[in-house]
Formats: sequence, structure tokens, C-alpha cells
Amino acid sequence: MTFRRKYEEKFFRGLSFLFTAIIVFVLVQIIWTIAKKGVPSLSWQIVSQEPKGGYYFGKEGGILNAIAGSFYLAVSATVLAFVISLPVALFMNIYLIKYQRLLIGIRFFLDVLWGVPSIVYGAFGFTLLMYLGYRNSLGAGVVTVAAMITPIMIRAMDEVLKTIPIGLQEASYALGSTKTETAYKIFFREALPGFATAILLAFGRGIGDAASVLFTAGYTDYVPRSFSEPTATLPLAIFFQLSSPIEEVQNRAYAAAVILTLIVLVLSISARMLKPKK
Amino acid sequence: MPSTIETMQESNIKVESISANVPIIEIDKLNVYSKGSHLLKNISTVIPKNKITVLLGPSGCGKTTLLKCLNRLTDLYPELKVKGSIRIDGEDIFDSGKDITTIRQKMGLLLQRPYPLPMSIYENIAYGLKLKGVRNKKIISEKVEKHLREVALWDEVKDRLKTSAQRLSIGQQQRLCLARGLAVEPEIILADEPSSALDPISSRVIEEEFIKLKSDYTIILVTHILRQAKRLADNVIFMYYGEIVESGPAEQIFENPQSEILKEYLKVGH
Ligand SMILES: Nc1ncnc2c1ncn2[C@@H]1O[C@H](COP(=O)(O)OP(=O)(O)O)[C@@H](O)[C@H]1O
Ligand SMILES: [Mg+2]
Repeated sequence: MTFRRKYEEKFFRGLSFLFTAIIVFVLVQIIWTIAKKGVPSLSWQIVSQEPKGGYYFGKEGGILNAIAGSFYLAVSATVLAFVISLPVALFMNIYLIKYQRLLIGIRFFLDVLWGVPSIVYGAFGFTLLMYLGYRNSLGAGVVTVAAMITPIMIRAMDEVLKTIPIGLQEASYALGSTKTETAYKIFFREALPGFATAILLAFGRGIGDAASVLFTAGYTDYVPRSFSEPTATLPLAIFFQLSSPIEEVQNRAYAAAVILTLIVLVLSISARMLKPKK
Repeated sequence: MPSTIETMQESNIKVESISANVPIIEIDKLNVYSKGSHLLKNISTVIPKNKITVLLGPSGCGKTTLLKCLNRLTDLYPELKVKGSIRIDGEDIFDSGKDITTIRQKMGLLLQRPYPLPMSIYENIAYGLKLKGVRNKKIISEKVEKHLREVALWDEVKDRLKTSAQRLSIGQQQRLCLARGLAVEPEIILADEPSSALDPISSRVIEEEFIKLKSDYTIILVTHILRQAKRLADNVIFMYYGEIVESGPAEQIFENPQSEILKEYLKVGH
């Protein structure tokens, strides 16, 4: 090795190390800040009670409204997105497999949708809401979040379906299956473990997003009892309560941040562990 | 009138000699093209009933492609253009009015590698039966046992029929795939180098199976293993670069080859 190449190698290795260190440092800082402020305010009361005296001014109570609201919202949106994504992903990989050009176009389009900022979905949901004459509600939030995570779920499922060997498809057709039978009886079962990852990924994105629910789901002190009632969500619980001048309320925001971070962390770790071992 | 009796006798003899070699598959001027290349060139041949017909030839000569034409798995590959006609039991399989799934159920398929369906051992065999409309649980159970016995797998798996088929060994999976194909009661078995991924014992089981099955099924076996071809073949179709170079009864092909390419292939093969 010449001197120059040795030097080059050292320089770039140093550079990579430096930036990695910066990233890790920032990440640790973020988690540390949230934990330092949030963990002391975590209590049974925080997770089990609705806020008392208004979420913005009341010093008593917890964030059960946001925890329950977020779960209702993310679970419903994930179910809705799944119901839409499954046939689309199967259709792409069974029927459209002959039209590779079209498929490339569709995948590109979905990837663009994946990249669209969630506030745009929020604005879309809001416009739709106004047009239909509904008010902010859990249902409207569900539809908006579902619209946001559907492209993610389709593409994640699509990537799983793409890895199914052509031999399995041949075996299925050779037994006399139709395309629909091949899709729902063979491909679906073969891809099921991979789909779990896709579902967790979409759920994680749905539960953590603030902008899409800002204009659509509203905010309330209570746990919603139906899809037509407005609902609180964890991201908005952070956003609204952090801006309050009252310290107890701010602490509730940090507690919400800790809980949300934990949920997302658990989701992405389980998604990673579920990845099929190849 | 003795003359009519004579003609009757004659025609009887004729019928018999034909039925010994009834063609079940007739391929006429079959051509397959993909983008720039001509994969199968003017293939015309007949494949007789209840015989093992071996497709022999070096890798890449088009054996798999020919086999896939027979049950129209070529439909899955948009880049392939298929021209010509293939008749099975007198029916043109490219006739757009025909239901392709019933045509495909006339043929069991064994691939180079086994692809068990993502379900239990039991369901793997029941699957094809259900597609055929068999709903009676008792009949299905009987068939599952019958066909697992047929491929000498029953004793190995009878205590774990409900476990995933994908957990079986490769050799067991391949035998399961054969049983799965037999369960839909095909007339023809298409096998594409079925023992190439198997250990010697499993491939011996498959070979023995084929010899037994010959009395009830027409078997088309693709292989590039000359010894396997010699052990199993009744008829041989020798292919080279997408063409049929020579075909005929096994003894004739192996003992008295005509073309230089086949002579060379038989000399270097093993
Ligand atoms: N789907 C396809 N598209 C384009 N070319 C193909 C396709 N399938 C096979 N071929 C080509 O056709 C030729 C014959 O292949 P194949 O039938 O698999 O041969 P064999 O089974 O005798 O080894 C090979 O040159 C292969 O590259
Ligand atoms: Mg081949």
C-alpha cells in the first residue's frame, strides 16, 4: 500500500467513526432528555386516569385519554389499511406479474406516497371532512392515518411476496389452482410471517404520527366511546401539553413522550425479530 | 362369409397394436421464442400412454421449456411466445375455450426442487382434492393415506400429519410432492430432473416409484443423467439446442444411435 492510500483509508475510517459517534450521541441525548423529564412523572395515576380540570390547565389526572385514543386509532387504521393492502399486494404479485413495466411504475408511485409528509395526509383528511360535513373524530383520524400507512403496508407486503419462489407458484398452478386460489391460499400463507413485520411497521408509523391527526381527530379529555367522537392521541398529548405554562401539565407531556417512545421501540424491535430468517 | 371374419380379425389386431402405443400427447410444430432467441424449434412428436418417455439432452437444450409447455406453465412467463399445437387426449390445450385448470389437473408435476405448499403434510395432499370439489372428510383422509403409502412416506409421517410440510427433509418433501400430484388423479406425470436435489436413497425411491406407476400413468421424465435414463426409459427423446435430434424406443436410442451428436453424448455421458 502506498502512503497515500494508507492515509486515505485512515481519513475515511476516521470520518465514518466521527459521524457515527455524532448520531449515537444525538440519539442518546434525545432519549436521555425524554427519560430524565418523563420517567419521574410516570405513575399509575398518569396511565390510568383521564386529565382532570382540562388537559391544558388541570394539574390532576393522567393521559389515559391519549393512550387509549392512540391505540384505538392506530389499531383501527392498521386493520383498515390491511384490508385494503392485502388484495392490492396480492394483485400486484399474481395478476400484474406479467406487466413488469406497469409494476415498476406502481411501486415507484407507492414509494412516492410513502415519502409524502404526513401533514399533507392531514390536510387531505381535513378537506374530505369539510366536504362531507363531518366534525373531527376518531373515525376521521382512522381514515386519514389509514390513507397514510396503506402505501407503506402495500410496499412492505409486496417486498415479502416478491421473494416467494416461482417454483411454488408453478406447483400451485400445476395442481389446478386458479389465480385467486394461488393468491389467497398459497401466497397469503407463505407470506404470513413476513406480513407480521409489515403490519408492525405500519402500526408504528400510525401511532407515532402527529400531523395526520392534528386536523382530523381533534382532541378531548375523554376516552372516545365511538368513531364519531373526537379523540386524544399521544403525539398531540405531547404537542398540546408541552406548551402549557403549568409544570404538572408539561410533565404529562414528557410522560406521554416516554410511553410513545417505548411503544415505537418495542414495535420496531419485534418487527426486526419477526423478520423471516433466510 | 369368411372374408368379413378375416377383416374383423385383421382390424382387431390393428386396434390392439395401436392401443399398445396410443398417443396421449401429440405435439405438432411447437415453437417457443423469447425476446431474441428461438428456444424450441419445430418440435413434433407423440408421447405414448403408460410408458416412461425420457427427455434427454445437455443442460440448456430446452427440456424444461418443453415440459412447461405441456401444462401451459409457460403462461407465467410473459417473455415466452408459444406457437404450434399440443393435443392431450385429442384436446388442444391452447384452445382458449378450454379451462386450463382442468387441463392442468390431468398432469402431476415434479420440479427439480420440491416446493411443499405452506401448510401441513395432510393439507398438502388434501389441497388438490378440495380443488376438485371433494369435501367428504373420510374420503380425503383415505386418499391422503393411500397416496402417502404409494410414495412410501406413510410410515415416516403418519404420526405428524398435522405438522408443517416444510419441516420434512428434502427427499421426503419431494415424495410428498409426488403424492400431492397423484392425489388429483392425473393421467400424466411430468417430472423435471426430480432427483437432482435428492440424496441417493430418496432418488432411488422416486425411480422405483416411477416404474410402479408406469402401469397407471404416462410419465415424462426430464433428465440429464444417462444412467437414470437407461434404467427407466421406454422411449427417449434426445434434444439438442432446442431441437429433437432423435427419438424412439430406448434400446434403439442407446444401442443404435444414428446422429453424431447423440453418439458423442452417449460416449461422454455416464
Ligand atoms: N423464461 C425464459 N425466458 C428467456 N429464456 C429462457 C426462459 N426459460 C428458459 N430460457 C432459455 O431457454 C433455454 C432452455 O432452457 P431450459 O428449457 O431450462 O433447458 P434445460 O431444462 O434443458 O436445461 C436456455 O438457454 C434458457 O436460458
Ligand atoms: Mg431444466
